[in-house]
Amino acid sequence: MLTYLQQLGRTGLDVAAGFGRAGILLAQALWGPPDWRYGPGLLLRQLHFVGVYSLVIIVVSGVLIGMVLALQGYTVLVRFGAESALGQMVSLTLLRELGPVVAALLFAGRAGSALTAEIGLMKATEQLAAMEMIGVDPLRRVARPRLWAGILAMPILAQVFNMVAILGAVAVGVSWLDVDAGSFWSNMQASVQLREDVLNGVIKAFAFGVVVTWIAVFEGFDADPTPEGISTATTRTVVYSSLAVLAMDFLLTAIMFGVD
Amino acid sequence: MAMPQNLVETRDLSFSRGQRLILDSLDIHIPRGKITAILGPSGCGKTTLLRLISSQLRADRGTILFDGTDITRLHRKELFALRERMGMLFQSGALFTDLSVYENVAFPLRLHTDLPESMIRDLVLMKLHAVGLRGARDLMPAELSGGMARRAALARAIILDPELIMYDEPFVGQDPIFAGVLRDLIRRINRAMGCTCIIVSHDIAETLSISDYIYVLTEGRIIGQGTPDSVRNSKDARVSQFLQGLPDGPVPFHYPAPEYHHDLQMEKV
Repeated sequence: MLTYLQQLGRTGLDVAAGFGRAGILLAQALWGPPDWRYGPGLLLRQLHFVGVYSLVIIVVSGVLIGMVLALQGYTVLVRFGAESALGQMVSLTLLRELGPVVAALLFAGRAGSALTAEIGLMKATEQLAAMEMIGVDPLRRVARPRLWAGILAMPILAQVFNMVAILGAVAVGVSWLDVDAGSFWSNMQASVQLREDVLNGVIKAFAFGVVVTWIAVFEGFDADPTPEGISTATTRTVVYSSLAVLAMDFLLTAIMFGVD
Repeated sequence: MAMPQNLVETRDLSFSRGQRLILDSLDIHIPRGKITAILGPSGCGKTTLLRLISSQLRADRGTILFDGTDITRLHRKELFALRERMGMLFQSGALFTDLSVYENVAFPLRLHTDLPESMIRDLVLMKLHAVGLRGARDLMPAELSGGMARRAALARAIILDPELIMYDEPFVGQDPIFAGVLRDLIRRINRAMGCTCIIVSHDIAETLSISDYIYVLTEGRIIGQGTPDSVRNSKDARVSQFLQGLPDGPVPFHYPAPEYHHDLQMEKV
């Protein structure tokens, strides 16, 4: 019993210390004026790395999810003769929920894990130590551009996801199942609010971008510089950031769309 | 003020990881312009010592003086400034994998100086020439052999003409030719640049042949020190066991374990 309590206490302390280290890392990486010695090249390269390389998985998943949504939505709506509301249903589902959440989960799997593994390997091969010896703060040169790239790329990726998913829904709903194109688009236009739906979705995606990239970069820096350490850290990135995205999504949804 | 005779001095330096004491109140003096070697078996805390001197780790107790300044009390910013005066050759080379050999060597220059590109080019090529890799400037680190990577890293470590160069196990995993090349390079750089060198190694023959002064370290303590000759002739059983590579002696071959017979349950009942 006593050892159990001891174990619980130690785990609690470890978790608290982890949060503390992660907070310090974020503050030290983002605090302070931009360092022009490195130029914009580092940020652009990271944007390319986390943003452009994630496009394929985002676009393909987006199309498929849009198609499935349209198919499922149609089978329900057609029973009530309401299939003309398909555009409204699909777009609201995507903009408010599925777009940001699924894009963030994919982003965690594709870009987050890669960031962790890359930084972990830089640590294992003493590159981070070498940077410190040369007089470069790795938090500035390695963590900062990666954090900003993730934070900037995530909302854009979520919007790309929404766009192609709606096109996927059009392909299934309008072209295949013969929903009237005019009512599909006009219903969508009438029901989607810029502030309520689009902007809230962008805010969600931004928040997810911060959390996923933060977890990924922190896990990389905090990894044990061994093969097992890096693989554990990579797994942790995907698991923690997926859970964090889902939990935060509930919180944000409650705040944004909660019943008064 | 007169320059202190020792570039680096540690006083009562201790460091532990968890419960394990890694360095136990070390007093080490690194004289200016000389090559000082820290010899000792693997896991005796040699690399930790280098990381403490370069302040990548913080000591639990004691002081480390670099040119008279106690570096354990410096802030992050002052530390980064101080590190411009130090170079370190890491065991793995630690070249930045996303930059070419040329850019790796130019990296500290671009960061700490405002030199025009043509001068950076000249300086980089001179250092690369010194390590014999002028022709490999456009290769990426992944295309280099282990020995070449370490030489490229050496060029990067000396590009700012540091006062102190630290070598972490420079001879590990090198074939005899590369080890010889590296030994000559270390000697030549020391003579030509007048810099102070610390070599951490367990390679006895190579290290004894180029060092001016030696410390022998075991389990975080100094067990012997002196010039290469005096260390070679040391009467201390622990020092001679290490130098002659005897498998058993004061440093036991066996990790602490229960009696062999008892462990195999071979006792007579």
